[in-house]
Amino acid sequence: MPSFVIASKCDGCKALDKTACQYICPNDLMVLNPQTMKAYNRDPSMCWECFNCVKICPTQAIEVRGYADFVPLGASVTAMRSSEDILWTVQFRGKGIRPKRFKFPTRRGVQEGKAQPFDLYPTGSDDLKSPTLMGEPAALNTEIGPIKLDKVPTL
Amino acid sequence: MSDFEVRVVETDLLICGGGMAACGAAVEAAWWARQHGLKVTLVDKAAMERSGAVAMGLSAINMYLDLNSGDNTLKDYVDYVRNDLMGIVREDLVANIARHVDSTVHLFEKWGLPIWKDQEGHYVHEGRWQLMINGESYKIIVAEAAKNALAEAGGQYFERVFITHPLMDGDRCVGAIGFSIRENKIYVFKAKATLVAMGGAVHVFKPRSTGEGFGRSWYPPFNSGASAFFTIYAGAEMTCQEVRFIPVRFKDAYGPVGAWFLLFKAIATNAAGQDYMVENAAELDKWDPYGHVKPVPANLRNWLMMLDVMDGKGPIYMQTADAIKRIAEQSPDEKTAKKKLKELEAEAWEDFLDMTISQAILWAATDVEPEVKPSEIMACDPYFIGSHSGASGAWVSGPPDLQTDATRSEYFWDYANMTTVGGLFAAGDASGASSHKFSSGSFTEGRIAAKSAVSYVVDHPAAPVVEPAQIEALKAEILKPLATFQAHREHTTDPDVNPNYIRPRQFMYRLQKIMDEYAGGVSSQFKTSGKLLEKGMELLGYLRADADLLAAENAHELMRCWENVHRMYQADAHMRALLFREETRWPGYYFRADKPDLDNKDWLAFCNCAYDRQSGSWTMIKRPVKYITGDSP
Repeated sequence: MPSFVIASKCDGCKALDKTACQYICPNDLMVLNPQTMKAYNRDPSMCWECFNCVKICPTQAIEVRGYADFVPLGASVTAMRSSEDILWTVQFRGKGIRPKRFKFPTRRGVQEGKAQPFDLYPTGSDDLKSPTLMGEPAALNTEIGPIKLDKVPTL
Repeated sequence: MSDFEVRVVETDLLICGGGMAACGAAVEAAWWARQHGLKVTLVDKAAMERSGAVAMGLSAINMYLDLNSGDNTLKDYVDYVRNDLMGIVREDLVANIARHVDSTVHLFEKWGLPIWKDQEGHYVHEGRWQLMINGESYKIIVAEAAKNALAEAGGQYFERVFITHPLMDGDRCVGAIGFSIRENKIYVFKAKATLVAMGGAVHVFKPRSTGEGFGRSWYPPFNSGASAFFTIYAGAEMTCQEVRFIPVRFKDAYGPVGAWFLLFKAIATNAAGQDYMVENAAELDKWDPYGHVKPVPANLRNWLMMLDVMDGKGPIYMQTADAIKRIAEQSPDEKTAKKKLKELEAEAWEDFLDMTISQAILWAATDVEPEVKPSEIMACDPYFIGSHSGASGAWVSGPPDLQTDATRSEYFWDYANMTTVGGLFAAGDASGASSHKFSSGSFTEGRIAAKSAVSYVVDHPAAPVVEPAQIEALKAEILKPLATFQAHREHTTDPDVNPNYIRPRQFMYRLQKIMDEYAGGVSSQFKTSGKLLEKGMELLGYLRADADLLAAENAHELMRCWENVHRMYQADAHMRALLFREETRWPGYYFRADKPDLDNKDWLAFCNCAYDRQSGSWTMIKRPVKYITGDSP
């Protein structure tokens, strides 16, 4: 229905400073009902099925049921995201097909929160009018490429 | 609505948006602003870590030049983009992004984005310009770098603030105004320079699925034309407003086909198993000189498929099983083949799970095992997206150092990526005629525009002047739908049906119906004509008048009201440009039935337009296409 909230699992993020799904939904769809302290998707037909509410929910209370106007019932895709990888389980409608599981990395070599933007490469010019962007020209090159660019190229 | 307090934020540079281009702008602006003691502020309608077109993730980086490999040149890329867009391109803008994009991708890797590499340490290419990534957290990583950059430079960011209008001082843009969708606040950002990167527009046209699947657009439904409206309303000249984009994707869930076509070398066929690219090849002659370039332009590939659809030869299938079998057969023995197949299976599913999870659900729900049976593909609905194979956006200055004597007077004024409005810059989907930027190029263009905007601020240090009357008038206009709803809600027993107002959902349906039926949407098989457009514009005129009667119950619905006003301006510009260009140039995007041929003699030109917010009138402007590569069409 696109994303839906399992009532028995949602605790309204009481222990957190914000409701996680409401914080993350790019389309402002997930809201907390202050009476029941349960979240819900207020407009399923505007849901992109991006799974961001599913991935962020601390109690795994949110799942996605495919759009009923073109997706047959009975299948599911679930995600378990950690700080370094994501585990997917795909269940088919037909019972004869074995569920598939995939684990993919989500980041490599840099801890969550630690992506430092500056000073990874020296910046070749301080001139605001030059075409040299931060870290250029050094950042234009890889270590193994045979050609070394020593300035921002033109045609 | 007197309970809405006005919060004023003063800044040197304001970045509107939170997607790839805006994050690129934030990183680069922060770097230069720190050196010059300037303040950078970013405002996003969502949460940066999952906002914009990459909110879900992405399975590939589609723009990487790999210049230091020596395999590609800048000109190779410019040629590719020019041909794909049937000659209508600002080569100076494309080349400017292309010459910087590699440094952007290298930064992404340093920030922790897993880019696939082979045993020798070379990136794994999906196609000539495309790299494979594990991109589930692509946007999280990029937003993290942007936030860290802002923090290091003493900048600031606001989330869940929806920008509605530019602030103007005469002809100069001096910031933006909008409202919080979490608390009763109007936000006024006063800025010396404003950089627009609020994405393209979806749901201007009626989508194919109109029930629950309404939101399953290929491009995200929260990209709602904010960039286009902002620049149009500010009076900026717009370009390529007719050059919409229609991608061909797996049917209904719109899962990506790039890996299947490029990596697995799959072919698509009609129901009889015929390859429409072969069977309908003679049609390509009609679209020369672009019909026979390699790769065949995206819109022409669409067109050859659409011909089969219109002939009743569907369903159209991606022959996934054949492709997988062919790859397995190339393995030297059974064991290697088995291992290879397992790898391919994971790659195929990751392609969906990284960026279009709905497609994985649809495959699972219809018992699709790609190695066993083929899957349907289909053209999506039309989108406005300057960063892909569409081209709509603001007309911006190119960089000074890439101009030739012939292009300088046409394509360069004052600052790279500045629109024709002083102090107003655009990047990503907000800037036009520079297609094929994708995620990495949009981020890169954000960087280019940000450095240029910082330079503008240094040259124009005077504090921005915003008349209080302008703020008061805009505040009243912005909040009017709330007042309208409150004033009339008691009149009927059903708040949805009330003769005194229109709620944004029905307003959007009306807009979509007009565009679908008169401007060449899905149900008219992307076909229109001068007469149809004139009728559509007449109906749009009523809608425009009715926009004064939009009603909203709360801040969420108020955002929906303004999103749809933004879409309406994009629609208006689109129909005017369709009407102005008297030819058919991109048959797989739209077909002018009354002008069915390509006309390079008269229409190898940009169709630009400008809006005057005082009079409400539009001016259409034809501008020459000039190539910096020295090539002639």
